[in-house]
Amino acid sequence: MANILVVAEHDNATLKPATLNAVTAAGTIGGDIHVLVAGKGAQAAAEAASKVAGVAKVLLADDSAYEHQLPEDVAPLVVATAKGGYGHVLAGATSVGKNLAPRVAALLDVAAISDITGVVSADTFERPIYAGNAIATVQSKDAVKVVTVRTTAFETAAATGGSASVEPVSGAGAAGLSRFVSAELTKSERPELTAARVVVSGGRGMQSGENFPLLEALADKLGAAVGASRAAVDAGFVPNDYQVGQTGKIVAPELYIAVGISGAIQHLAGMKDSKVIVAINKDEEAPIFQVADYGLVADLFKAVPELEQAL
Amino acid sequence: MRILVPVKRVVDYNVKIRVKADGSGVETANVKMSMNPFDEIAVEEAVRLKEAGKASEIVAVSVGPAQAQETLRTALAMGADRAILVQTDAETQPLAVAKVLKALVEKEGPQLVILGKQAIDDDCNQTGQMLAALLGWGQGTFASKVVPGEGSVAVTREIDGGLETVDLTLPAIVTADLRLNEPRYASLPNIMKAKKKPLETVTPDSLGVDVAPRLTTLTVVEPARRKAGVKVADVATLVDKLKTEARVI
Ligand SMILES: Cc1cc2nc3c(=O)[nH]c(=O)nc-3n(C[C@@H](O)[C@H](O)[C@H](O)COP(=O)(O)OP(=O)(O)OC[C@H]3O[C@@H](n4cnc5c(N)ncnc54)[C@H](O)[C@@H]3O)c2cc1C
Ligand SMILES: Cc1cc2nc3c(=O)[nH]c(=O)nc-3n(C[C@H](O)[C@H](O)[C@H](O)COP(=O)(O)OP(=O)(O)OC[C@H]3O[C@@H](n4cnc5c(N)ncnc54)[C@H](O)[C@@H]3O)c2cc1C
Repeated sequence: MANILVVAEHDNATLKPATLNAVTAAGTIGGDIHVLVAGKGAQAAAEAASKVAGVAKVLLADDSAYEHQLPEDVAPLVVATAKGGYGHVLAGATSVGKNLAPRVAALLDVAAISDITGVVSADTFERPIYAGNAIATVQSKDAVKVVTVRTTAFETAAATGGSASVEPVSGAGAAGLSRFVSAELTKSERPELTAARVVVSGGRGMQSGENFPLLEALADKLGAAVGASRAAVDAGFVPNDYQVGQTGKIVAPELYIAVGISGAIQHLAGMKDSKVIVAINKDEEAPIFQVADYGLVADLFKAVPELEQAL
Repeated sequence: MRILVPVKRVVDYNVKIRVKADGSGVETANVKMSMNPFDEIAVEEAVRLKEAGKASEIVAVSVGPAQAQETLRTALAMGADRAILVQTDAETQPLAVAKVLKALVEKEGPQLVILGKQAIDDDCNQTGQMLAALLGWGQGTFASKVVPGEGSVAVTREIDGGLETVDLTLPAIVTADLRLNEPRYASLPNIMKAKKKPLETVTPDSLGVDVAPRLTTLTVVEPARRKAGVKVADVATLVDKLKTEARVI
């Protein structure tokens, strides 16, 4: 059986959880799992990868060209590595993985399989289409399967217990097509949206960004992350990285609380796999109630502070 | 500078889609079709660049059946100058579309190709990245801001943690995210004018591209439905249910 190459997502110092979901998906395919860490001064991330349960080998490409992991530079490295005898290349279906995987696939002249939610066999996968309103089972006959993994569909692999070797590898370095200029990262003490146990999301019903502290107070009581609908992001209440949905982030927490969100299919696509859904909306006809385990028909400006007090 | 904008005809985002009973796919006969919403944003961006004097010509392209002409007419009504339909009734997967687009890029010589970040039917989010790979160009995906400069373009991207700005050597690929702009509605006079704008039809064969699908869809099924829950009378009941019944807090 051919080996599986998982492309690590990391910030040079630590491994992002999406890598652990991809390792679990790799484990269900079968074959030795190797993790490629491309970065600059990324020894710590490589060591973290070597401790992940189920990982047989870590390949570390440490080069200043890979500092910001631009796809123009990293894709040729992944392609060169994959040609060394891998049957699968996996990455998390995050903004990094989605940016990289199709570029790798095209360079290998193979299809890419986006956002899988299930592994049927080594060449057959399940993936949601039409905002999750249909699930397609697709088969690839290509020699290498390039796959991104929906993180909420696979458990995270244990971050400890493994003892893989770390081998240095080198690539062609900078392709000279793109340069990193700057990043504006949202700072938050709260858990990361896609990894949080509880998510509290606000929609257009919040009326303005000034009202979001109501949700933040509730989130802090619950140890929750704060999310939003597209309408709330478009209106400028909160930054873009808060958006939950078909074209935003996919979340599946234990508890999802939707506040002032109507429940458009594009929003539901991002949260309907949550274990328990609570909806607070003043319109009893709102479609969100069709997926909510517990619905509260109420004015959010009254109900949210009350809920926060009751916890 | 010439800009190429690929636009896809998809089931309208307001349609509640139905999975075919035989599990072969999604019902697309007799449902409302529209331009993929992200592609409207891509067209709008190209038109704004032209209005700002940064682009000279906008060419809209679609790969698909004869009816995709309607989608191209919409792009023309929004402000594209001419259109090319690469006509095929075959299922068009992203790699094949990217190869068709590469052939057109080589013919048309654009400096910028602006695509949507994903088509809302298959949700692949692949075509732009694949085209960039095949051309050996830089890619500014999930763009919320595009600023062309001398020989390069600065693209601000929506990423999981916030925003990232990259500078790409031209020619380059951009894929549009939701916040890039708010697309205009085509006015009636512009819809009329669009009917007279040039629309050329070619085939994948004439471009020398093999569009045979690489992935075989074995089945398409409906996802498991959530059971409808209950309405609770007040906050106290909600808290009680979450504690004792759902046990999530
Ligand atoms: C009648 C019909 C039947 C189908 N049957 C199947 C099936 O059985 N199985 C299956 O897996 N898929 C099927 N498909 C979908 C199949 O065509 C591709 O999977 C899909 O077109 C590509 O993925 P995407 O659109 O999600 O690409 P994305 O990569 O998400 O698209 C991104 C962007 O690329 C551009 N783009 C993409 N496609 C085109 C295009 N055709 N023309 C111009 N620009 C484009 C647009 O700018 C778009 O915003 C069918 C499609 C049709 C119309
Ligand atoms: C291509 C495309 C992609 C999209 N992607 C996404 C996506 O990824 N994520 C997403 O969320 N959306 C997405 N959308 C948008 C989606 O279709 C909806 O427009 C959006 O989700 C609506 O947001 P909302 O529920 O906050 O607003 P609305 O639909 O306006 O709902 C607001 C709700 O708040 C309630 N409300 C108002 N005041 C109060 C109050 N005082 N107390 C209690 N309740 C109150 C109202 O009853 C209403 O139900 C997309 C759309 C398109 C076309």
